[in-house]
Amino acid sequence: MPDGAVPVLDVKNLKTVFHTRAGDIHAVNSVSFSLKPGELLGVVGESGSGKSVTMMSLLGLLPSPPAEVREGEVMLAGRDLLKATPEGLRRVRGREVGFVFQDPMTSLNPVFTVGFQIIEPLRKHMGMDRKRARARATELLELVGIPDAERRLKDFPHQFSGGMRQRVMIAIALACDPKVLIADEPTTALDVTIQAQIIELVKELRQRLGMAIIWITHDLGVIAGIADRVMVMYGGQVVEHGPVREIFADPAHPYTRALLRTVPKLREPREDKLRVIEGQPPMLGAHPAACPFRARCDHAFDRCHRQNPPRRDIGKNHDTACFWDHRTGQPV
Amino acid sequence: MLTYTLRRLAFAVPTVLIISLVVFLMLDMAPGDPTSSLPLTIPMEIREEIRAALGLGEPVLIRYVKWLQMMVINEPLHMIAGATGWDIAPDGPRILSWQTRSPVGDIIVQRIPQTLWVVGLGYVFGILIALPIGVISAYRQYSWFDQVGTFVSMVGFSVPTFFTGVVFILIFSVWLGWFPSMYDTTLSVTDWDSFVRQVSQIVMPVAVLALYNASQISRFMRASMLDNLNQDYVRTARAKGMREQTVVMVHVLRNSMIPVVTVIAIGIPTVFTGAIITEQIFRVNGLGDALIRAIYASDWPMVQTITFIFAILIVFFNLIADVLYGILDPRIRYD
Repeated sequence: MPDGAVPVLDVKNLKTVFHTRAGDIHAVNSVSFSLKPGELLGVVGESGSGKSVTMMSLLGLLPSPPAEVREGEVMLAGRDLLKATPEGLRRVRGREVGFVFQDPMTSLNPVFTVGFQIIEPLRKHMGMDRKRARARATELLELVGIPDAERRLKDFPHQFSGGMRQRVMIAIALACDPKVLIADEPTTALDVTIQAQIIELVKELRQRLGMAIIWITHDLGVIAGIADRVMVMYGGQVVEHGPVREIFADPAHPYTRALLRTVPKLREPREDKLRVIEGQPPMLGAHPAACPFRARCDHAFDRCHRQNPPRRDIGKNHDTACFWDHRTGQPV
Repeated sequence: MLTYTLRRLAFAVPTVLIISLVVFLMLDMAPGDPTSSLPLTIPMEIREEIRAALGLGEPVLIRYVKWLQMMVINEPLHMIAGATGWDIAPDGPRILSWQTRSPVGDIIVQRIPQTLWVVGLGYVFGILIALPIGVISAYRQYSWFDQVGTFVSMVGFSVPTFFTGVVFILIFSVWLGWFPSMYDTTLSVTDWDSFVRQVSQIVMPVAVLALYNASQISRFMRASMLDNLNQDYVRTARAKGMREQTVVMVHVLRNSMIPVVTVIAIGIPTVFTGAIITEQIFRVNGLGDALIRAIYASDWPMVQTITFIFAILIVFFNLIADVLYGILDPRIRYD
């Protein structure tokens, strides 16, 4: 993908706050990223780092209240989605941006046939009549590798296995040929062999259909295999972002480095314990005026407690939000 | 599904028979005597003859079998004959009420229309009010609409109908004089005026029952909607770009109706029995009223027969509820 390509999705300075009784939770803090056509962006981070909330914020899928997308700009095809009307947003959802969620067991409506659920967006967004929509739904099920597609349209979700249901979810997300597919931990709830199948499927579909993909996961192995670029999130912020090779070969942020150290290695001598990152993820209550990772960081110094580091470039398309220079081992 | 239904129907028969036997034996053991309400001047020998004439001299099981035979064969045939005019009524004996000496079946046929109108309308209106309230309350949880709805249904649910009934009579009959406090069964609707009178006399009992039923069902509806509104599939529907109306009224409602329909179906027979009190307050001479009077008068054939009908209704609507559950929820297949 040429560097100069116009991004299909451009997010700037996104801030999402949850209003709770115990005070505001700053779940997403000044997150910026862009996605080029046909590119696969991996989003990594532990639970509660704001990965899903960021993606849900883009399309207004968070329940409000308690959530409030407070600031930012989400440009998709020249329009700011945060300024769109509810109806305008609905025309984008499912039409231009497809979603695949984590748990295929609960993400499909149990009382409607799979066919009904695939046909719904086709009829709404594409204005297809019943017959054409059925034909297209059959085509989609074949596309995601479900055998005997025409007959299976009449089946209910409980008649499919977990992996098959996730394929159905992908078929629904791809129904209207979206420009962007957001996959929110699509393989987390599946067992390993099925995971591999779904990853292969997405790789193949991406080549055939050429849509851009945002793949949220906490599995670094998956990211290494499929992503073009990686965005590492921590405490509702982007702490590092860069091409996949550089992130794995030369991680800059102490969190990314710690995260990579936790992956057990097969070729090296066995360690007694799995490595972990000591400490707890931060509570996102107060507005962050300091680095969210400071409490668990090996390299934190006084500035990290006073100031929240901005993202700085450390290479071509590679940036990190840290005051510590991983090359010199000194504060910048 | 059909096999399942037939199997359940086959099981329902012994269930109902056992219920009727237990009720029969209990009534047989109960104190009270059909002659006790007769004047004290009647000597003991005559009383004994009266009892013998009522068939009380025979052993209890013989009497039960005779009653059962009349209940399941003679009485239904008489009812059908009465309704259609066909000449199929058998000549054999019928179950006679000890109070009136007329066949129990005839009394029940006279009583059923009032109960169906008053109780049935109370239930239908209750459902019609409850469903939208439940849906809106859940969708706008903690809004002022939900708060008011919750308060009203708490009151409606916790205050018994004999209390709301009396309060209604006090306010609307005594103070305002809008509606009559008594239900006049002899009124026949022939023209506009009599129709207006019929409506005005049925308003209060129906309102009392509707309030009670609506309170209960709207709580169920609200809880069921709330359970489903937070499900992942709702997020999926929204992510597909479906309109809020479609998300709520198609995706969520269809799932939420499953338990509510069951509750409504199971509730139908309990409404018949529960209406006993309301019928007493508004002097509606329906089935419940007949049952209460029969109990006071130790009229065991009447009590036995009405109880048997209630038992059939309960067993039958439980079956209906199970079948509906299977139809509404594709995950449940009984075969």
